[in-house]
Amino acid sequence: MTEHATTPGPAASGKDRSPRSADLLYTETETQLRGAVRAVLDDKAPWRDVLARTESAQTYDDKLWRTLAADVGVAGLLIPESLGGAGASYREVGVVAEEIGRAVAPVPFLGSAVLATTALWASGDTTWLPELASGALTAELAIPFAAGTRTRPVPTVRLDAPEAGDGPGDYRLTGVITGLADALPADLLLVPADSVPYGLYAVRVSSPGVGKRPLTSLDMTRQLCEVRLEQAPARRVASGKQAEDSVAAALLAGAGMLACEQFGLAERCLETTVAYVKERRQFARPVGSFQAIKHRLADLWVAVTQCRAAARYAADWLAAGFGPETTLAVALAKAACSDTALKAAQEMIQLHGGIGFTWEHPAHLYLKRAKADSLALGTADAHRASLDVLANLPGPE
Amino acid sequence: MLDDTVLDDTVLDDTGRHGPKVTADDLRAQVAEFLAGHDPKTTDRQDFLNARFDAGLAWVHYPAGLGGQGLPRSLQTVVDRAFNDAQAPTNHPERNGIGLGMAAPTILAHGTAEQQERWLRPLWTGEEIWCQLFSEPGAGSDLAGLSTRAVRDGDDWVVNGQKVWTSSAHMAKRGLLVARTDPDQPKHQGLTYFALDMKQPGVEVRPLRQITGEAEFNEVFMTDARVADADRIGGVGEGWQVSMATLMNERVSIGGNALPREGGMIASAARTWREHPELRTPGLYDRLLRLWAEAEVARIAGARLRQSLAAGQPGPEGSAAKLVFARLNQEISELEVELAGADGLLYDDWTMRRPQGANFFGRNPGFRFLRAKGNSIEGGTSEILRNIIAERVLGLPKEARVDAGPWKDLPR
Repeated sequence: MTEHATTPGPAASGKDRSPRSADLLYTETETQLRGAVRAVLDDKAPWRDVLARTESAQTYDDKLWRTLAADVGVAGLLIPESLGGAGASYREVGVVAEEIGRAVAPVPFLGSAVLATTALWASGDTTWLPELASGALTAELAIPFAAGTRTRPVPTVRLDAPEAGDGPGDYRLTGVITGLADALPADLLLVPADSVPYGLYAVRVSSPGVGKRPLTSLDMTRQLCEVRLEQAPARRVASGKQAEDSVAAALLAGAGMLACEQFGLAERCLETTVAYVKERRQFARPVGSFQAIKHRLADLWVAVTQCRAAARYAADWLAAGFGPETTLAVALAKAACSDTALKAAQEMIQLHGGIGFTWEHPAHLYLKRAKADSLALGTADAHRASLDVLANLPGPE
Repeated sequence: MLDDTVLDDTVLDDTGRHGPKVTADDLRAQVAEFLAGHDPKTTDRQDFLNARFDAGLAWVHYPAGLGGQGLPRSLQTVVDRAFNDAQAPTNHPERNGIGLGMAAPTILAHGTAEQQERWLRPLWTGEEIWCQLFSEPGAGSDLAGLSTRAVRDGDDWVVNGQKVWTSSAHMAKRGLLVARTDPDQPKHQGLTYFALDMKQPGVEVRPLRQITGEAEFNEVFMTDARVADADRIGGVGEGWQVSMATLMNERVSIGGNALPREGGMIASAARTWREHPELRTPGLYDRLLRLWAEAEVARIAGARLRQSLAAGQPGPEGSAAKLVFARLNQEISELEVELAGADGLLYDDWTMRRPQGANFFGRNPGFRFLRAKGNSIEGGTSEILRNIIAERVLGLPKEARVDAGPWKDLPR
């Protein structure tokens, strides 16, 4: 395992915005984008549909993803206009992530529009970006969702011998990668492989020698899978330091955007619960008039307020590039939002009482997604542990 | 690495979104021009401050003619920094926290033009220190139940009663007084708000010693004290509404200030941690990392609140900052006493002192640990703040009330 170097990435090119001051609010454009995404999700991903889909064969909603990716244009937010994207930044991507968290929507936004797109852009290989921007192609970085952001996971895939007829740019990969999020609907996998040097390879899922096996997951709104490669044909996207940096940038951006998603989820849990305790009556009064309930919700609101600021801080710093302050901002956001999203979902269940414990109520979708998210791309503990270097707080000997 | 400029609110004008007509550069130019005409080294301190007020460079978010230029609040930092860089005399804001943080915004929102003209200049320059006469022995969280009486007598009102927890009362020229003027009204409606002259025979100030050993606060006894009707702020019977404006500003001023990274209570804990490797244990480390991260997130949330308030007035949202500030101060100072090891058993000094202002982060870990206990009580208890958030931000139903009807008939 190697410590990550700082990495250039999307939107960072040629712009030095440090020292700078973070804008922690939402711009008008960002608010408009939120409105467009929310309208689609309200219409096409009501929670009953999301719940029903978790028990279907197709846990990802391809139709919803096409609408968001192509019609609203969320797939190409990070991709420059010259390559068919919107030329936006992680600030806008963060707003979309918030909305997806609010709806616990079963779409591969994080995998394709954040992790894979960041890895590809940072690698310098723009081949696939126009197709990703248009929504024609969905991709994912083949690294387990439980990977942290601090050290590069050791690849479980190796470079294999070429087969007869392979050209000089053709490679073959063999190995198994498990616990992948957003890989089920992906057409293209970006696979880190242990070769000399370390390399990042693109594998078409439709190729021979590529197998996917869905896993029964804690969070079925983002079902994990296992990918098995046997002499799978691949193209090299980047190698050596460039590949390492591309993966590092993708994981860091992924953690920051996942924090935004967690904030959105937490805010939705709070809103739903507040609405419920105003309606629900016991002892001839709304349960929300009891101080025991009010104080818990006030504390949750405070936590959600803190979490929003941390998420915006991370999104704003990611938009400025990849450096130590960005790493710190992501660590703070992922730690705060992991804890708060889980707390919000737990409070949602408790304050709904019995109904919140039933399958026929959306609370469990939020709880499962919140718990899974808190384990993904660095736990709160792991992100706080990175303060040893980021904030110069060394641990016990 | 620990970059203090990261959350400098002033750079907002980069985005053009809060787009002030006057830019930070314009203001720096104004300060430079002012300094050229008023050399800080040779100009009398009071003259300098008066001139700065007249130039609209006192608090730029205040209106023209009252020390400001009607600009976004965020631009004040630019001006303060420019004067600080020139080593210009200050108005010692630390001595007049209540005046600047609470009295001034209240006077601006509810005072008459004549009162604003008369009070704001000496308040800002520090000539007149203000205090706040709100809490009473029988009216803490239930402020509206207070029983200090003000009775009309010609052009004056005559005040009798007792106030408590009054910081700066021993130094103050004026006090923000809320008193009961009509006991026949329900409790929120019979109150009126005044600016009381503290330097008169009917006002007696006694120190109130607290758990730290020092007396930062006072008790104030009013016996036939007089206040002119011309010094009433807001209408007769409107004291509650005016008080709310003061309290919203108070909650922003406790815990709402811009601090550099690792400012505040976490500073000394982090320093102790770095300097004493022998004290490090896994349990303490986990707590330190959590508190450091929470303190930094709270700081970012404070910056976000100030950005969203840049043009507006504080609302109930400020309560969040104060709640978090109180909890973090208590948890961090608790940790710090443990980090002190055997020294945690010692205290610097129990003798009664009269500090000039509140200093939550001063003296030794033991003092900070004890002083922090007040943070969740002063300026609205954490329980009252949670009620405010629940009812005013989240819109949850109020508790059933048993204190309706005329104040004079309520059980006490």
